[in-house]
Amino acid sequence: MKYPDDLRYTKDHEWARNENGIVTVGITDFAQDQLGDIVYIELPNVGDPVQKGHAFGVVESVKAVSDLYSPISGEVVKINQTLKDSPEMLNQDPYDAGWMIHVKMNENETLNDLMDASMYQKFCEES
Amino acid sequence: MRYIPHTPNDIEQRLKEIGVSSIQDLFTSIPKAFHVDRPLNLPSGLGEMDLKNHITSISKENKAQSYTHFLGAGAYHHFIPSIVDTLSSQGDFLTAYTPYQPEISQGTLQSIFEFQTMIANLTGMEVSNACMYDGATALAESCLMAKRICPQKSKILMPKNIHPDYQKVCQTYMATQDIELESIDFNTHTGQLDLEALSSKLNNETLAVLVQTPNFFGCIEDLKSIQTLCEKHQTLFIVCVTEPLSLALLEPPGKFNADIVVGEAQSFGNAVSYGGPFVGFFTTKMKYVRAIPGRVVGETVDQNGKRAFTLTLSTREQHIRREKATSNICTNQALLATRVSIYLSTLGEMGLKALSRLNHTQAVQLTKKLSKHTKLKFTSPFFNEFVIETKGSVQNMLEKLKAQNILGGYPLEKDFPELKNSLLICVTEMNTNEDIEKLCKIIEEN
Amino acid sequence: MQDYRRKLIFEKSSEGRSAFNLYQKEEPVSIPKTFLRKEPMGLPQVSELEVIRHYVALAHSNFSIEKGLYPLGSCTMKYNPKINDQMACLPGFANLHPYAPTSLTQGALKIFHELERWLCELSGMHAVTLIPAAGAQGEYTGLRLIRAYHKDHGLNKNTVLIPDSAHGTNPASAALCGYEIKKIPSNKDGILDPKDVEKLLTDDTAAIMITNPNTLGLFEENIGEIAKLLHAKDAFLYCDGANFNALMGHTLVSKMGVDVIQFNLHKTFSTPHGGGGPGAGPVGVVQKLEPYLPTPRVQKEKDEFIWKEFPKSIGHIKAFYGNFGVLVRAYTYMCALGKEGILKASQMAVLNANIIKTKLKSAYHLPYDHKPCMHEVVFTDKKQSQTGVKTLDIAKRLMDYGFHPPTVYFPLIVQGAMMIEPTETEPPEEIDRFCDAMLAIAKEAETDPQKVKTAPHTTPVARVDEVKAARQLILKYQTKISS
Repeated sequence: MKYPDDLRYTKDHEWARNENGIVTVGITDFAQDQLGDIVYIELPNVGDPVQKGHAFGVVESVKAVSDLYSPISGEVVKINQTLKDSPEMLNQDPYDAGWMIHVKMNENETLNDLMDASMYQKFCEES
Repeated sequence: MRYIPHTPNDIEQRLKEIGVSSIQDLFTSIPKAFHVDRPLNLPSGLGEMDLKNHITSISKENKAQSYTHFLGAGAYHHFIPSIVDTLSSQGDFLTAYTPYQPEISQGTLQSIFEFQTMIANLTGMEVSNACMYDGATALAESCLMAKRICPQKSKILMPKNIHPDYQKVCQTYMATQDIELESIDFNTHTGQLDLEALSSKLNNETLAVLVQTPNFFGCIEDLKSIQTLCEKHQTLFIVCVTEPLSLALLEPPGKFNADIVVGEAQSFGNAVSYGGPFVGFFTTKMKYVRAIPGRVVGETVDQNGKRAFTLTLSTREQHIRREKATSNICTNQALLATRVSIYLSTLGEMGLKALSRLNHTQAVQLTKKLSKHTKLKFTSPFFNEFVIETKGSVQNMLEKLKAQNILGGYPLEKDFPELKNSLLICVTEMNTNEDIEKLCKIIEEN
Repeated sequence: MQDYRRKLIFEKSSEGRSAFNLYQKEEPVSIPKTFLRKEPMGLPQVSELEVIRHYVALAHSNFSIEKGLYPLGSCTMKYNPKINDQMACLPGFANLHPYAPTSLTQGALKIFHELERWLCELSGMHAVTLIPAAGAQGEYTGLRLIRAYHKDHGLNKNTVLIPDSAHGTNPASAALCGYEIKKIPSNKDGILDPKDVEKLLTDDTAAIMITNPNTLGLFEENIGEIAKLLHAKDAFLYCDGANFNALMGHTLVSKMGVDVIQFNLHKTFSTPHGGGGPGAGPVGVVQKLEPYLPTPRVQKEKDEFIWKEFPKSIGHIKAFYGNFGVLVRAYTYMCALGKEGILKASQMAVLNANIIKTKLKSAYHLPYDHKPCMHEVVFTDKKQSQTGVKTLDIAKRLMDYGFHPPTVYFPLIVQGAMMIEPTETEPPEEIDRFCDAMLAIAKEAETDPQKVKTAPHTTPVARVDEVKAARQLILKYQTKISS
């Protein structure tokens, strides 16, 4: 199970990476492993607002559905179109090719209250 | 009891194995206060011979069985080829559960996949589900699905010439939803949906328009004109079919860009059976497939690469999505869907077409015979049902027909007070020329 | 070359072939051209014998009760007596048009009347509607009655409490009625604790939905107390009667304080499940909910049965009057059993489940074992998972032994659940054979786990790729249309 150091993590198993106010969001290796083979993903449209802690999409395996919760408030500026046709990317490469959305974060937002890699790893191992 | 194998000896031995002394010991978790404390006022059991006599004698109290029918109105008396009964009553179709374990349920799964294909082809739609309870609940579910597709809109227009039971079921289901049903009148001349009324009520706030074709009066609706209006206002176009045999003769709703097509498939190899079990169908466009209610079977392969079928898109359903499911339906009408597959395979392309045509032409013949004495209530083209207006009282006439062992049709005044002395008559391949002559004679005399 | 046995009926089609003839003269159609179908329908073109071979082969690839034990928990897969089907197909029933005048359908209405009376007597409820098409529609109907009562009495209640062990239809039906759902946890004994209910109970609570016995096969012993708590708040106790087979003839649900119950005739009353339906989900209610029952309702006036509408009714929930053919089957079954047979059925169902519990508890982990179980028992894969063998593997391996698997991974509160319901119609010897198979699989899980993990090995198809099915949706055969 991978927990890259340069990412921040939520309790709902999303990861976030901030690059100059644009946050990339995806689900973690732990999450994809728990869900099993992912068969479908529903993402917001570019321009949609997202709110921290609120659902922005849905990810489905054959026998489970999970809401995706945004780690940050802001506006969706880009979505990963290839996931629609190749949801298996989420299983194969959750931290890179499996990224989901880019969010332009609102002013005064930070990722500081999210978990770092070691905290998240501990969180997963205990759950 | 012949269905329960346990002998007193079996029971004694098994109780010992379990380590209790009586059957009552197995029920100790049920507080005494809940036990049956009086003799149940129910009869004792019957041996099979007595049972058969008992039930058969009740069936004979249904005098209507020996009558000739000109009754349709959503339940159609068609011929059922023998092999439909033989094949569908095989124990392996009949006594299997929902196909949750695909490795040992390929029979049910494949026959449903074939059903989905046939229904999609007949309606001209891209995708069909595995079936619904009946046409009326399928129509109600189509309204709920429309709301899932377009949550920001709330008004659905429902013509008054939709089957009255279907209208009532929709009203019941919408009562707890944020959906408003608004009636639209029919054209009293043509019997079709009043396009002017539709056009005046339709706006960009309208969620969906429902249309039944042939409608409750048997009239074929002008789907093209209705669709044009819907498209103009970005309103979902939902078509309902209660007599699916018409689809073999008529341009399918899919050709008119319908968004959802639902209906009743009882006509295809299922008995009228006093109104149930019937089998609803539900079809839509592929882009809406995730909003569809009920089960769906898909094709895939097994781990050796061999073709196989399985339930799919299950995450929409109640057992996974629970309160967020697209519907609460679980048990459906699968056996009837299997009968539909067998029936349609038996009739095939040519048989269904010929039968459909025969239903229509028989009905036309009847209207021609009646034309000297009776007026057709509506002017629009019809399939196998039409409305006549009698000179005298419909009830009197129906009584006279009844005396001749004929059920002459469905009197419309009960549901449509404005349609006094109007009778909905249905003709199918089951009506012989003699029946038709007899009916004509009594109508003429009246 | 494609395996002939795996061909669809469309792929067996030959242009011009048919299994149906009409020797009638073709008359002209009088419908304008614009309304007429222009393209073929893409239906199969096969002869009668080809149809027969196709559907015989399909049936053959199904498992069914008639092949062997089908112990799906909470599904009550008991023997479906053949006479029931024969009776439902009598011309007096099968050919009866729903709009025939009631003076000519008195036999059918008598069946409605009698069956309602049987269900009232067996449950202690005041009135019954037979219209709901299945259990889920029964749940929907029952909750709508509760909503109608509250509205009629000026009470605004929007929450339904549902235990975490409930079937998925419970929350789905409640949501369809416009209710919010609050989940109640089960206690360590696997049942509801009145204290937990009390904590969640508010003036907004309309009802609680309890399956009794619950999906762990345990009787909800505190149900009477829970009913009192609810009634004090003008809330109702809804009982999901999916597991009524454990109670009938022995226990009256009315005495537990139940206000509404749905019966599943395709479970408890032996009507065949047909590969997914049809069923019937009649609903029984206490007196104060009767005015709201769906219509039409059968009534006896003078000496004649009639259909009647009622002003306070929630309205129609289905076209016509319900799944009549299923009702005939259930009525035939009840008449066959009689009151003594019905009691014996529930007793032997419980006995059979307890035999399984006794025989398997050394080999499989039994999460709840403080009392005898009712009609079903829940085990888990905890012991087997040490060698990597999971519930799904055990289920698939059972197929090789000639049995249908139990209900798996349900209830959700038990990890790796296997929910086994044998029913009363299984002879003790079949129960033994099933237990022997389960024990053999437990042994295989230790000695040859690979064999279990790759099962089934003897079925018409091997494990099916459900992921591919969901990722690349093929939901119909792409018929080649030739004109």
